[in-house]
Amino acid sequence: MDAVNARAAARPASTAFAWSGKQKLALVALLAYTVYVIAQIDLSPARLLSGLHQGARFLSRMFPPDLAKMDVLWEGIRETLQIAVLATVGGVALSLPVGLMAARNMVPRWVCAIARGLIAVCRAVHPVITAIMFVKAVGFGPLAGILALTVATIGFVGKLFADAIEEISHKQIEAVRATGASFGNVVLFGVLPQVMSRFVGFATYQLDSNLRNSTMVGIVGAGGIGGALFSAFLRFEYGFVCTILATVIAIIVVGELVVNATRKALDV
Amino acid sequence: MNTTAPAGSLHIQGLVKEYRPGVPVLKSIDLKIDGTGLTSIIGPSGTGKSTLIRCINRLVDPTAGAIWLDVGGQRLDMAQLEGAALRHSRRHIGMVFQEYNLVERLTVMENLLTGRLGYLSAWKAWRRKFAPEDFERAYQLLDVVGLGSFANQRADALSGGQRQRVGIARALMQQPALLLADEPTSSLDPKTSVEIIQLLGDQGRERGIPVIVNIHDVELARRHSDRIVGMTGGHVVYDGPPAGLTDDHLQTIYGGQAWMQ
Repeated sequence: MDAVNARAAARPASTAFAWSGKQKLALVALLAYTVYVIAQIDLSPARLLSGLHQGARFLSRMFPPDLAKMDVLWEGIRETLQIAVLATVGGVALSLPVGLMAARNMVPRWVCAIARGLIAVCRAVHPVITAIMFVKAVGFGPLAGILALTVATIGFVGKLFADAIEEISHKQIEAVRATGASFGNVVLFGVLPQVMSRFVGFATYQLDSNLRNSTMVGIVGAGGIGGALFSAFLRFEYGFVCTILATVIAIIVVGELVVNATRKALDV
Repeated sequence: MNTTAPAGSLHIQGLVKEYRPGVPVLKSIDLKIDGTGLTSIIGPSGTGKSTLIRCINRLVDPTAGAIWLDVGGQRLDMAQLEGAALRHSRRHIGMVFQEYNLVERLTVMENLLTGRLGYLSAWKAWRRKFAPEDFERAYQLLDVVGLGSFANQRADALSGGQRQRVGIARALMQQPALLLADEPTSSLDPKTSVEIIQLLGDQGRERGIPVIVNIHDVELARRHSDRIVGMTGGHVVYDGPPAGLTDDHLQTIYGGQAWMQ
């Protein structure tokens, strides 16, 4: 028994499940900064309360929804759908080569660095800001929105696609290479079969995301329902705002259902 | 099969491979393998058997030495080739892998057709324009390996033994002048292992091409090989018929003797 106790005493204290000093320090620092910021921006209970009150008034003015301007609504929604679909098709098509060139296991390091840099730039800027730049470049209208969301799609799908390619099984690639296949054929028969179903998943997720974003780019004049939404806000037409928001939500829900049903039916 | 390619003969001279400078895995290998027949390479793990096989079709780049492949009156130095010339010469060398290395999401037929990719331009491959005789050959080979009814099954739905048969059929689709197999039986049960080795030997003899197999199971190698190459520490220490492989040789190759009792 003494021997057992002696061995227990000689053991270092267990670190199982314990927090390290650095982890504790990081947590304390985060909490301190949060408290500091709350004090800085005057986040008082009184302000929150009055905000709730204002919000309730705003919501009550949204009902009943205004169904008079269906032609404006339809025009905007049609443009929004066009922007979302075109930007997704174009962006996904461009993401394929960009993603492939950004995969560290497929291409030389310098090619990878360029492609990763391009993706980083596409991702860094929010689509609304890109949309403002394209409005300056090509003028008001859906073209600016399509270009802005194409850039966003390359940034998102390109990165996910590159990461997916970096995770594929090297053994399958090796076997295709051993047959004497060229680089292009290795990609077609060794790489793509391994990532295609994930790629379809990214693309459909991006379609969903582009539907939401294409309602946004209209606010800065890049086409779609966002323009109508923004002017309805400015004119205090809260009933019409309600109609637009309900339609947008319905489109996104229906869009997801359609995409899922299609994937199931096509087995992809 | 009546459509056999010309047989290749292999002549390896002074082959050295270092993964890290100054630490050679293969220390000057000299081997001549020609004519038909099954050559088994035996030896302990980490002695460079896989490296040797992979240097032959350049999945691994050798550090020094020559690997001559004579095929159809041409002499190719596999150690020196690069780019398109390397890819063209790889078409003559079929390879079978320990873990089958099938493209899991493709069907059996699609996996077999990948054996023809060395002959297809990317544009044709993109449109899946394989020659009709490729399909014909693939169906014949599926019958040969006993998977006639599996053409449209996905590779990931098959058992280990079935997968390895697909792997062999894929290699044979190349109409190789030389067939390599890197531990083709190590992931299989004993009965399937015998079937796979026999299939490799039979196909080699039928096509009149040399077959080189890495193998861990000494008894299996003894029973089914025409020639045994014993390696240890990056050197060849035995090269001859299975009958000549004595316990002394095995002790040199693997060390110790308790495992032989």
